[in-house]
Amino acid sequence: MNFRLIFQVAKRHLLSRRKQTIVAALGVTFGIAMFIAMVSFMTGVDKMLEDTMMSASPHIHIYNDIETKTEQLVERKFNGENDVNKIYHPKPSLLKQGLKNGLQMVNYIRKDEAVWGVSPMVNSQVFFNFGPHDIHGNITGVDIMAEDLLFDISSKMLEGKIEDLLSSNNSILMGSGLARKMNLHKGDNITITTPAGVSKMVKVAGIFQMGMAQVDDTRSYASINLVQKILQKDKSYITDINIKLKVLEDAKQKALDYYKFFGYRADDWETTNATILVSIKLRGVITYTVSITLLIVAGFGIYNILNMTIYEKMRDIAILKATGFSGKDVMGIFMTQALSIGVVGGVVGLILGYVISFGISKVPFHAEGFLSIEFMPVNFAVKYYIIGMVFGLGTTAVAGFMPSRKAAGIDPVEIIRGK
Amino acid sequence: MNRALHIENLVKYFYEPEPFQVLKGLSFTINKGEFVSIVGKSGCGKSTLLYVLSTMDTDYEGQLEINGEVLTGKTKDELSYFRNEHIGFVFQFHYLLPEFSSLENVMLPALKLGKYSKEEVEHRAYEKLKLLGVEEQAKKLSSKLSGGQQQRVAIARALINDPTVIMGDEPTGNLDSKNAQNVFDILKDLARTYNQTIITVTHDLEFAANCDRIIEMSDGHIVRH
Repeated sequence: MNFRLIFQVAKRHLLSRRKQTIVAALGVTFGIAMFIAMVSFMTGVDKMLEDTMMSASPHIHIYNDIETKTEQLVERKFNGENDVNKIYHPKPSLLKQGLKNGLQMVNYIRKDEAVWGVSPMVNSQVFFNFGPHDIHGNITGVDIMAEDLLFDISSKMLEGKIEDLLSSNNSILMGSGLARKMNLHKGDNITITTPAGVSKMVKVAGIFQMGMAQVDDTRSYASINLVQKILQKDKSYITDINIKLKVLEDAKQKALDYYKFFGYRADDWETTNATILVSIKLRGVITYTVSITLLIVAGFGIYNILNMTIYEKMRDIAILKATGFSGKDVMGIFMTQALSIGVVGGVVGLILGYVISFGISKVPFHAEGFLSIEFMPVNFAVKYYIIGMVFGLGTTAVAGFMPSRKAAGIDPVEIIRGK
Repeated sequence: MNRALHIENLVKYFYEPEPFQVLKGLSFTINKGEFVSIVGKSGCGKSTLLYVLSTMDTDYEGQLEINGEVLTGKTKDELSYFRNEHIGFVFQFHYLLPEFSSLENVMLPALKLGKYSKEEVEHRAYEKLKLLGVEEQAKKLSSKLSGGQQQRVAIARALINDPTVIMGDEPTGNLDSKNAQNVFDILKDLARTYNQTIITVTHDLEFAANCDRIIEMSDGHIVRH
């Protein structure tokens, strides 16, 4: 096959019907541009949500889950054929809450090569006494420097500094939602009451904002000591261990290892954030469905225009065949036209898509709870430009193939004899 | 060997609308340099015969041989290649590609053949246009030419690969008598001067009478040759 000649004929055909060619190419352009813009924006949003999620969620969370053993002692003892055991609605016994040998666990985990940071904590529900009201919330006793290493709390402080927590034994850092509800600011005092009825006056040393309402509206940080004290527990008492790993993907396996080793429940981040991950996944499906539909519509445009061209060019095709062009050559001519439309429309589409994405990324966006976001989040990953181009060329190739094959199969005798 | 084209016991049927035998066992030989006219009444099968000879119609029985090569049973792609090299076409309606200039129209089959470089092809195409007296129109779009000029460009295109046979389907049928005479003279001259084999289908009896040889058909048979 003489590619230069085929290309030349194809080019002449395209240029002689400039308007139709441009319309067909524009179909591809808009399809790909919208694909790029949509995917960039959607994955930008996903990435932002994921980042926010990851910034507030440990890779692995180890805690003592309250569960009722389904196997009862009596069943272990009396399980013969003549025994009938019936226990109605068993409830958990009052076991020691918290992690047994928690601090030793922390030391063990800290030595693990794969671990980037560990933060032990003591969690408790508390009531904040706000005038006549009791506001429900959590108090988390942490080694604030370890917690900061994991969750970068210092960058999320609206008021005060995390170091303020170290200087006084009676201070707490409070979530922004909680603070707003109670009209609290740095330096204000508030009384907290534990479920066991112990009350303590503490000072608000700072206010933080994680960007997730369920955290900001309920959580407050204190030193481990303070929380142990109000819970009337000893110095070795801890309830949760948060871990960040060096490699995020190891979380699932590591969590399983820890569960087997310690016997306590260990959730990896995917389990903890299952709902967010599902919504990200579903949004991905929607994005790709819409984008691919756009490209298919563009493909139909090309199909139509090529089909029309072939009807118009019947005589020319017959002539080319009569003078020695084979079916393959004719097919090549029309495939070249389709792919040229695809390439030109596609490249312009990539550029236009980039321009639109860039425009979106400059739209100011201030959302309650999202500290770090000033503009619409857009993801400029090269991957999507490659996918867009591949899909664009794929649809043009498919759309061009059927008319081209038809052109290749035209019988010149029928056309020339006018049957 | 002096034999340009030979057919042996050629049979062809049409199946639409009803089975019908168009060509009923034709055999003849055409020698190199002959200027042959196939004549006959409408529907006698003369055009059908020409398209079988042209290798474009492959749905026949019997045997076709051009330039010593048996073409029956070859694939469409092989026949395309053969046509490109050995057969030149002139049709009743000029059938030039409208987006291309006269020169480009003439060049296309030669570029397809790929025997010469582009510069040589252009030179040769220009020579052919000159031979036919339309070199002035070389750069014009073919759709801008008059009927007679278009037909001459079409003949130039048919000649570009120095084919074994030129085939014409009513090559003068769409021209006024002056242009028709002109085109006839050109064909005659090609046969005389360049020993070019030419086969045309025509119902112009005056045209036919001036040829070297007449093959007259009637009802699917050859009645005179």
